[in-house]
Amino acid sequence: MTIRVTQPGLSTTVQDLGRPGYFHLGIPISGGMDRFALRAANLLVGNDEGAAVLEAVFMGPALEFTVDAIVAVTGAEMTPKVDDQLRETWTSFAVKAGQILSFEILKSGARAYIAIAGGIDVPMALGSRSTYSLGGLGGHEGRALVVDDELSLGQAGLGAKSGIHIAPKLRRSPGNPAELRMLPGLYWHRVTDVSGRNFFDDTWQVAPEADRIGYRFRGGRKLEFVDREQPFGAGSDPSNIVDGCYPYGSVQVPGGTEPIVLHRDAVSGGGYFMLGTVISADMDLIGQLQPHTATRFIEVTLEGAMKARRGRQNLLDELRASLD
Amino acid sequence: MKTRYSFGGDEHIFVEVDEQMSLEAFFKSLSMTNAVRSSAITGVIEICPSNASFQIKFNPDVITPAEMLSVLEEIEEKASHTDHNLDTRIIEIPVYYQDPWTHETLMRFRERHQDPKVTDIEYAARINGYDRVEGFIDAHSGSPWFVSMVGFVAGLPFMYQMVDRSKQIQVPKYLSPRTDTPKLTIGYGGCFSCIYSVRGAGGYQMFGITPMPIYDPNQEVSYLKDFMVFFNPGDIVKFKPIDRATYDRIVADVNAGLYEPKIRPVTFSLDDFQKDIDGTNQKLLDVLQ
Repeated sequence: MTIRVTQPGLSTTVQDLGRPGYFHLGIPISGGMDRFALRAANLLVGNDEGAAVLEAVFMGPALEFTVDAIVAVTGAEMTPKVDDQLRETWTSFAVKAGQILSFEILKSGARAYIAIAGGIDVPMALGSRSTYSLGGLGGHEGRALVVDDELSLGQAGLGAKSGIHIAPKLRRSPGNPAELRMLPGLYWHRVTDVSGRNFFDDTWQVAPEADRIGYRFRGGRKLEFVDREQPFGAGSDPSNIVDGCYPYGSVQVPGGTEPIVLHRDAVSGGGYFMLGTVISADMDLIGQLQPHTATRFIEVTLEGAMKARRGRQNLLDELRASLD
Repeated sequence: MKTRYSFGGDEHIFVEVDEQMSLEAFFKSLSMTNAVRSSAITGVIEICPSNASFQIKFNPDVITPAEMLSVLEEIEEKASHTDHNLDTRIIEIPVYYQDPWTHETLMRFRERHQDPKVTDIEYAARINGYDRVEGFIDAHSGSPWFVSMVGFVAGLPFMYQMVDRSKQIQVPKYLSPRTDTPKLTIGYGGCFSCIYSVRGAGGYQMFGITPMPIYDPNQEVSYLKDFMVFFNPGDIVKFKPIDRATYDRIVADVNAGLYEPKIRPVTFSLDDFQKDIDGTNQKLLDVLQ
């Protein structure tokens, strides 16, 4: 009941829906960056939506199966292969004991979710199987997979079968340019009105420094700050604040130059001001952005954020219904 | 001090108790987060206190953002009428100042420092008006510190010096962050001291190292078996300078599962502290004797 890693890919980690409840101690939620795709992959193989899967970024791993299994790959377009026979993404398929699952090169998106019926059975750490690499916690030995790692599988459900498919209209992927809706707030008042408008007007590009902790963007105009005497304890740069908590999705701009959107492995706090927060409905999209992708930040109200949230929940309900 | 509320997207509310750091702001933040925790509000997912602000993560499908805001405003109203006492613990943290490991690291990143010709602690001593490093170490290890935030990365405490603002140590961060910091480094940036819980990048000045692990995801360290993170916001810390021999002995004790951190329960009164800082601190430190 195991799979063996014959090639690890670029950075492949075990992830589920994460471990809420410990951010006040600096331990972030972790879990799949694209939760929608993670849930979809699990549903395709008959797992609970939150079962542990593999998240592979930019490049897929190669995995040798020692047991027959049902597998599905969602998220990024990275065509799966079983012993060099191509399989479809967003569609469950069978892998037999002794066969190797590997991947073609990435065509679009950034992160593929590889669900195996039964789920990846690593030990629970603080209520989750997700990997938090920075803290060496959870997943397989608290780190990304390396060659010759062996992963146990849980017991597959009775419903697991090949050929289950999710229609393209039920998938989500970022547009071009990608649009991320942001609720202004937090320390928005630190920048001038002109800079605030520029931030939304400019087209940004995803920087190479983009990972599970956060995505950095560049290419927009530098932000100008409202003059003030820096408060005690804040540090001398106008982009500094007294160290505070960082929300998931918050957009900090150190030095006013390159915005960073914090993601599932977020640092929990620090001393940089934040312009606002990317809304929960659009966090999954960030997980599918490749470096250099053109990106716009779109201003949204709290009402708009709640509406988008319901829209995303409705899509998930449709997806569930389509597989019933 | 004027409390400012702001929504962090649809799942967070950010509460800034004050723009500037002070013990009063931290205390108000901590008492409000304690009140939120004891109220056990349905829909609240995370309660994160920090230095002069705090953050609540909530599920807006269970409690609407407007409801969340009004609950917090009620709690703020109540918090302003409560006494400023905190039942907490004081912990002695052994520190090997000017150790060889942080020294090797700071020498590797000298070009990122404001003053490459001297070490981090020599620089910090000078700009804070101490003629000698020994005097600076006496100041750093002489007063108690409040753990005002645990975070950035897993288990890392930010500590605020419990002295009059005029005596507070302040240092800038590195000009550009290092890509490496030894695990358990005692760091300093702005007006905060910290202990790096894991090895990794960092921008704080490095003064020394503690032999006492504060984060253990494998939960093998004897005093971290119940929970992997040692610190909680509201803990009080006293640094104790140690030499190499003591450092080595504690490391051996930790590895053998024999080391027990020195921890005593204390009650801290903000009112007493404001009336008599030195006297209040002395009482706190006496508890450790």
